[in-house]
Amino acid sequence: MWEDIKDFASTFFVTGDPLIYGADVSIVLTMLAIVFVLTKYKKWGWLWREWLTTVDHKRIGIMYLIASLLMLFRGGVDALLMRLQLAFPNLEFLHADHYNAIFTTHGTIMILFMAMPMMFGLFNMVVPLQIGARDVAYPFLNALSFWLFFLGAMLFNLSFVIGGSPDAGWLSYPPLSQNDFSPGPGQNFWIWGIQISGIGSLATGINFIVTILKMRAPGMTLSKMPLFSWSVLSSSIMIIFAFPILTITIALLFLDRFAGAHFFTMDGGGNPMMYLNLIWMWGHPEVYIVVVPAFGIFSEVVATFSRKRIFGYKSMVWALMAIAIASFFTWAHHFFTMGTSASVIAFFAISTMVIAIPTGVKVFNWLFTMFRGRISFKQPMLWTIAFIPCFLVGGATGVMLAVAPADYQYHNSYFLIAHFHQVLIGGVVFGYLAGIYYWWPKLFGFKLDEKLGRWGFWFWNIGFYICFMPQYALGFMGMTRRYYTYGWDRGWEDLNLVSTVGAFMMGIGFIFQVWQITYSIKHGERDTTGDPWDARTLEWSIPSPAPFYNFAVVPNVKESDDWWATKQAKANGTYKEEPVHLEPIHMPKNSGIPIIMSTFWFLIGFGFTFGWVWMAVVGFIGVAVCMWVRSFQYDTDYYVPVDEVRRTEASLGRVL
Amino acid sequence: MMANHHDHSHGHDHHEEHEQLKVLGFWIFVVTDCILFGTLFATYAVMMHSFAGGPTGKELFELPGIIASTFILLTSSFTSGLAVLAMNKGKVKELIAWLAVTAVLGLAFVVLEVNEFTHLMHEGATMATSGFWSAFFTLVGTHGLHVSVGLFWMVALMMQLKRRGINAVTRRKVTNLSLYWHFLDVVWIFLFTVVYLMGVM
Repeated sequence: MWEDIKDFASTFFVTGDPLIYGADVSIVLTMLAIVFVLTKYKKWGWLWREWLTTVDHKRIGIMYLIASLLMLFRGGVDALLMRLQLAFPNLEFLHADHYNAIFTTHGTIMILFMAMPMMFGLFNMVVPLQIGARDVAYPFLNALSFWLFFLGAMLFNLSFVIGGSPDAGWLSYPPLSQNDFSPGPGQNFWIWGIQISGIGSLATGINFIVTILKMRAPGMTLSKMPLFSWSVLSSSIMIIFAFPILTITIALLFLDRFAGAHFFTMDGGGNPMMYLNLIWMWGHPEVYIVVVPAFGIFSEVVATFSRKRIFGYKSMVWALMAIAIASFFTWAHHFFTMGTSASVIAFFAISTMVIAIPTGVKVFNWLFTMFRGRISFKQPMLWTIAFIPCFLVGGATGVMLAVAPADYQYHNSYFLIAHFHQVLIGGVVFGYLAGIYYWWPKLFGFKLDEKLGRWGFWFWNIGFYICFMPQYALGFMGMTRRYYTYGWDRGWEDLNLVSTVGAFMMGIGFIFQVWQITYSIKHGERDTTGDPWDARTLEWSIPSPAPFYNFAVVPNVKESDDWWATKQAKANGTYKEEPVHLEPIHMPKNSGIPIIMSTFWFLIGFGFTFGWVWMAVVGFIGVAVCMWVRSFQYDTDYYVPVDEVRRTEASLGRVL
Repeated sequence: MMANHHDHSHGHDHHEEHEQLKVLGFWIFVVTDCILFGTLFATYAVMMHSFAGGPTGKELFELPGIIASTFILLTSSFTSGLAVLAMNKGKVKELIAWLAVTAVLGLAFVVLEVNEFTHLMHEGATMATSGFWSAFFTLVGTHGLHVSVGLFWMVALMMQLKRRGINAVTRRKVTNLSLYWHFLDVVWIFLFTVVYLMGVM
């Protein structure tokens, strides 16, 4: 009996590596600390009522943000471990297997569990406020999306200490990801972590399309809608077309592994290249899904901090939509070396280059907005200005990669690594950081400290170029991705060391930002006006932090940049005060079902990961029961009485 | 935050509006489901001739049974349409009765499919036989799973209709369910053509 338990534990828990034992201890200590604090201050009820069961889009946005910052930390540590291993030739800091696991989890976490939730966090924090709505179209579904993401992410991260991490690359190409080459639970963690959070992403896509199409304040026609909301619409449209492909692709991979199917196997009529095609039919739109909202953020920030209307609004909208459509016709450029016919390669090479056109239009529009504007270099604007040259170089190397004959040289080399980090960090991360700095006061009621933020900014930026510029050269020198070590004879040591130094500088930048957040909670400049940046769109017309019902009175929109127009009219004395007519506000009730149902999904994933079908069956029954119970609930919303609205507004300093 | 202040004329508007919103969302869900099936059809097309020396569809498909289940599903789509008509006339009992007929036909379809699958497995065609059979079972099985989920939903809805009659919420639910059911019917027509008819030709 004892022997059995020992036997089980030695395979169930990851053993043998001091780094992982250290992590085990810190995870257990952190959990104990959380439980202790919650119990000591009697906060369990508060946590459940105010956060775990909330359907308020702002709180869901904050939870997405916290989760994504944690994941940024984990993915960042993965990156630093890799850079340490590569700092000098022939290092034995990480073993080959461990290195494989780390580059796999780094990629998967950064795209799916960092970029996606940070993006959804911004969707949630901003879109309803920006379009003058009181919540998203389906608040319950929104909470469900969050919990599916969160428990999927937790399942994936568990692989680190239980069962073993996936190690077949961030997209798990077969045949390597099949049972023959990757036995054990690692790949299953990958499959189920992504599958569960992917269902949540799909639901969020639907939710925001309907929110944007149907819940805009009266008078806000699509042609008056702020560009961030347009970018969210574009991104959501890509989500609803791309994510079902992901669902199917990894379901098929699961069937190969679990049921012995022959979709992507080397024998039995399977075709591994079909997996590459399918995964990139999702994967390519996916990178535009995450970058397009960043474009939206830049558009808001540039206009606000240049104190000018955005240049070329219509062309911006067309560019967003053109990118959304074109993103579905470029997937094969990820494997030009697959060896298809010249005509297929030519098609995908040209379609890839075509993307540069709408993107170029947007860059020119941002530049023309700044031209003759009165620019103030606040933090959101700093990140925006840093983004433009960075993304430009990243885009240009992208076009270089799109030149198919030349791609045979760079394919899977460090040139590619440098390229996609440049567009993903320079575009997505810089963009989301700009957005977080910009909207932070609206969510929390205070600004993030400027001085610490600047330290973080410069460490990030200088570190970025020191880290990734050498990698372009390393690519040309023949260094391919996923090497876990290299010899002195290759002549790569100098550039690799430089690159590692840059990576650590970005790490220091992140530490500054964490410091900045903790410092600003106490000392940050309070926002008493609700409009700390003198901005242009509706979210700045209400107090900060926004009350739970957002707008006491739903605004009547007359212009694009309506809040700016209102302020101008007030300054000119041409503003006509409209009589305030308060009405009871219709709001959704909190619900515990999303977190409970997602926990059952977690059980399904965990059960299938270890091949414990009974546990998966329990999970499926649980999910079905949750849906059944929800279907029979009819009392799902309530009204906030006028008195309470008046009291809340008064407490925020607004008299109605 | 807790008071249940119900302003009735007011509440009604909101409800009606909100239910409309949910119908639009459901349409978009159907779009995503189209992509899902589209991906499976594409996979099937790639795997169409990957028999790996195993049995082919032509050898094992038994068309009469499939034609029977096709008619059963088409009829159920018709009866779900009749259910919606009954709802529009405000007749709860008739509505529930037509939904029940639809559910029975749907169940018959699922039973026939399970029978077909067991028969195929006895003949030696399983998920693990070849790429072709993997694609076949996944595509047809996903459709069957959708029908089964629809049945589950239908039962829940009949109980709610019995309890609450026709109102804005149940009306929206019936609308969405029949939308879903028609969608599955359309998918089946493609499935029947691509998998079975082209398979035996």
